[in-house]
Amino acid sequence: MADSTGLRPRPLPQPTPETQHFWDGTKVGELRLQRCIDCGTVYFPPRPVCPGNSSSDVEWFVASGNGSLLSYVINYRPHPSFDGPYAIALVKLDEGPTMMSNIVDCPQTPEALVLDMPLEVTFENHGDIAIPLFRPKGS
Amino acid sequence: MTVAIVGAAETTELGKIPDLSQIQLHADAALNTLADAGLQAKDIDGVATAGESPIAIAHYLGIAPRWVDGSSVGGCSFMLHVRHAAAAIEAGYADTILITHGESGRSGVGRGGGGGGRASLPAQFEGPYGGMGPTTMFTIGVLRYMKQYGMTHEQLAMVAVVQREWAGMNPRASFRDPITVEDVLNSRMIAYPFHLFECCLVTDGGGALILTKAERAKDFPNRPVYILGSGESVESPMVSQMKDLTSSQAFRIAGGEALRSAGISHEDVDHLMVYDAFAHLPIWGLEDLGFCERGEAAGFIEDGNTRPGGKLPLNTNGGGLSYMHSGMYGMYALQESVRQMRGTAPAQVPDAEISVCLGVGGMFAASGCIVMTNQQP
Repeated sequence: MADSTGLRPRPLPQPTPETQHFWDGTKVGELRLQRCIDCGTVYFPPRPVCPGNSSSDVEWFVASGNGSLLSYVINYRPHPSFDGPYAIALVKLDEGPTMMSNIVDCPQTPEALVLDMPLEVTFENHGDIAIPLFRPKGS
Repeated sequence: MTVAIVGAAETTELGKIPDLSQIQLHADAALNTLADAGLQAKDIDGVATAGESPIAIAHYLGIAPRWVDGSSVGGCSFMLHVRHAAAAIEAGYADTILITHGESGRSGVGRGGGGGGRASLPAQFEGPYGGMGPTTMFTIGVLRYMKQYGMTHEQLAMVAVVQREWAGMNPRASFRDPITVEDVLNSRMIAYPFHLFECCLVTDGGGALILTKAERAKDFPNRPVYILGSGESVESPMVSQMKDLTSSQAFRIAGGEALRSAGISHEDVDHLMVYDAFAHLPIWGLEDLGFCERGEAAGFIEDGNTRPGGKLPLNTNGGGLSYMHSGMYGMYALQESVRQMRGTAPAQVPDAEISVCLGVGGMFAASGCIVMTNQQP
């Protein structure tokens, strides 16, 4: 269903048991990552096994929410959930893993979107689920 | 040589398991089987599965395989996997192969199969952000490459210009008129930094191959083309989870294995095909295959090394950028390698004896590489 902007809601995820802690976190404003208790590897996306050493002895923790702009494209083709050219970005989190996201509170131009610029997480609520997005740090 | 099963186990629980998604059922069974064999995932170099993609299983468990089988023919798929695995081990394609099954048949949790549905990991962690398929996903690492190595927009455009030169020699190519760097940079922006001419065509078509024993090859009407080497690998079902955006792990493993198994060095290669869904693919391919040092392939192309008359003819049919691209272009790259080895290509490379053909699957998710020769091994 289109809202007042004429845009449809973005495609929303359906959590699974192994990712539920992540999506529970976004609803309360936390970006949760996982860490292997045996080898210390911090990894993403969520799964109950460390991709570094096959250990199931893993835990989640609240990440800083800070990262930097690793790479992006600016899509010019029309998308039912986005208005005009918009960037799809990869964010390098300070804890190590990389996440896909969008950059908000920032012009969607090559001039404004500078690689390695510091970013911080923000959350967009959609009722039962909240999507992590990033904005220029301090914006 | 005989091949043995050295690990076997089922999921920890059976019956109704609503707290595990389908991919985690694969993982649970895999971890139990690894424990049964006294192994870790890093000891595995071959993965076979059905119902989920072997790409997803390998990435989920942290495996960088050099042999993959995703044969999916229903409930007996795993019998085929055992057979293929035995053949692969006998052939030296892999040493230690993991075959997995997991199915949330009753609870239906995360049952997307092959990455479909809103519950798959790509759908959860890439799906919300407005990706429009390959134009936005395949291309997403290129700005990082440009910053890291100083590649210019003009150098990226040059890939399309050179391939159009090859297409101009090919009557079957979709686009044959010469283009300039300026033409490429003035073509419509699709997904910055990619312009229309830096993206592959969308066309219809098909292709097929027949293989038999080399000793029978002389009984057929055409010049035989021999398989000299091959390699394969997968990395991740999500481009966002590539270990390094500026290089493909699957290219490196598949390409390295292909050249090694062929027993050739880079200087032996007369002709190269690199699946070019987008203009950066040949750059990644040249570097990941080891023809160029990291960061040097764009200059290598700009200097004319891959154009007609250059020392390493590349994508001589015009490639996905100018020849054709139906969606799964790998078959057309193989066809051009065969034509070059038969000596029947429209833009024939004189006296070419060895061709390397590097394919990609998904957005750097998978790779296969074949080395062909017209000289009887």
